[in-house]
Amino acid sequence: MFVSYGFIAFMLVAFVLYYLIPRRFQWMLLLIANFLFYFSAGKYYPIFILVTAATVYGAGMMMARCDRELERYAAGVRAGEIPKPSRDEKKARKKKINGKKKRWMLLCLFLNLGILAVTKYTNFAVENVQNIAGGEFTPIDLIVPLGISFYTFQAVSYLLDVYWNKCAPQKNFFRFALYVTFFPQLIQGPISRYGDLSQTLYGEHGFDWKQVRFGLERILWGYFKKLVVADRIGIAMGTLLEDPEYYTGGFVFVGMIFWAVQLYADFTGGIDITIGIAQVFGIHVEENFIRPFFSKNIAEYWRRWHITMGTWFRDYLFYPLSISRPMKNITTATKKRFGMGGARRVAVYISTMVVWLATGIWHGAAWHFVAWGLANGAIILFSEECAPLYEKFHARFPKLGISWGYRAFQVIRTFLLMCCLRLFDTYADLGLAVKQFIHMFTQFRWNQVTLQELVDLGLGKKDYLVVFLGVLLMFAVSMMGRRGSVRERISKKPYAVRYGIFLALFFITLLFGIYGVGFDAKQFIYNQF
Amino acid sequence: MDLEEISEGVLAILQELHEDIRFEAEEKMVDDKILDSFDLVTLVTELGEEFDVDITAKDFVPENFNSVESISQMIARLMEM
Repeated sequence: MFVSYGFIAFMLVAFVLYYLIPRRFQWMLLLIANFLFYFSAGKYYPIFILVTAATVYGAGMMMARCDRELERYAAGVRAGEIPKPSRDEKKARKKKINGKKKRWMLLCLFLNLGILAVTKYTNFAVENVQNIAGGEFTPIDLIVPLGISFYTFQAVSYLLDVYWNKCAPQKNFFRFALYVTFFPQLIQGPISRYGDLSQTLYGEHGFDWKQVRFGLERILWGYFKKLVVADRIGIAMGTLLEDPEYYTGGFVFVGMIFWAVQLYADFTGGIDITIGIAQVFGIHVEENFIRPFFSKNIAEYWRRWHITMGTWFRDYLFYPLSISRPMKNITTATKKRFGMGGARRVAVYISTMVVWLATGIWHGAAWHFVAWGLANGAIILFSEECAPLYEKFHARFPKLGISWGYRAFQVIRTFLLMCCLRLFDTYADLGLAVKQFIHMFTQFRWNQVTLQELVDLGLGKKDYLVVFLGVLLMFAVSMMGRRGSVRERISKKPYAVRYGIFLALFFITLLFGIYGVGFDAKQFIYNQF
Repeated sequence: MDLEEISEGVLAILQELHEDIRFEAEEKMVDDKILDSFDLVTLVTELGEEFDVDITAKDFVPENFNSVESISQMIARLMEM
């Protein structure tokens, strides 16, 4: 969606109008833009997102009404208008009102997760039931609205934040609809929290050239990653995946690396475009990546890759589940039987695996995603168990832990481990992924991956050089990013250097980008989630 | 039960989790990662049992678990309700 003439024209019109109209109408213009963007993606899509916006907004208002009822009761008691109740009476009243509040939350939660489940997972469920029953599977033709997983999660975060009184409800429905439908985020996130996004979403924004320039630079950087690197390496990746029988052994390893590059450039590029577009409008969207390939273990990787999804699962599933009543009962029972060591682990173990199962399913309705999610969870728990061993090791060799070489080893180890886990995703088939992983070792031959074989994947030598230089540039920018904002540093350079970099990146993207018919590049990988 | 008694109970539970840490001197137990997810989840269960309060996701924020004092104040608040 971001990479078409139509979108660029749409953006230009929205941008010009945004800074021409009176500032108090800016958010309304964005709302109209959201609707047009979503309508152009699918004429029935706006119905789905409006149902989500309306129900979550309504539930927020009803929950706020429950809070007010409780406040009025407490104020009445304090003022002596209501006879002083006993502790039990007070508790019962509170329980009754909070129960009502909880029912509104649950009703809305199940409705919206239900819509998500029906649209995304019906065919998966039917296929598996028919596989067991022995019937023939005929897929049901269902509309899967663009970005439904993203906007549903965003709406649910608001619902739960209001339920837990972590944010005040938005009273204006149209303003709330803007939060749920904010178009740059619809395609692939980030999943923004209401408390964060609302700070700048509804503000009145004067034209700030620095912000606009930074936004445009970020957009351009995103296009470079997507069009020059991701879509180019995607051609070779496509050939590798077409014939896994032939492209086995060393090619599986090559595919792992190519896929890591493609996924990184595609997803982070898309997020750069999203954040850049928002910045052009003066709106701050939270970062979704912090140099994930520099992580030293998988838990850290998941704190730096697709951050807003990870924190969503942490705050809205992991913690509530870990401290839920049934889990507390399990913890207590485990302590009695196995002591504190067992009690410490049981709730976290169960919750971690549930979270990773959900994360896998969130990515897609397929068994390979389930396996991918569970494998991530299992490795994270395994590392947790190994933590005391690592501590002992580092206590024994204190200099090693802080050495550059050891840290590089940790980074490369994590990168390769994540590449292996991504095989589930790469081959999109559980059995094939496992087979290819085994074949990577058993069918490995040193003379297998020749230059000619790589060229036969559909990329010329010059294309590989472009990808290599692109990766090198992404690496260099990441390294520079460790010492603060790269764009801030560029902005301090003389005009010639600053605009020289911008123009160079623009022409490189224009000349070396992979474009289809009518400038219609490949869709973003994360669209499908 | 006053705040001092609550603090003593909280401290006893924390010491059961990690006897080698001087929790009374800590001000940022969550922010400084002295307590990990395993500890926090167990702590919530133990506190609930000890003080007969229901700590829910609403209360499960770092600010409430950063020190013995903040935990005790949260417990006192929940006991009052």
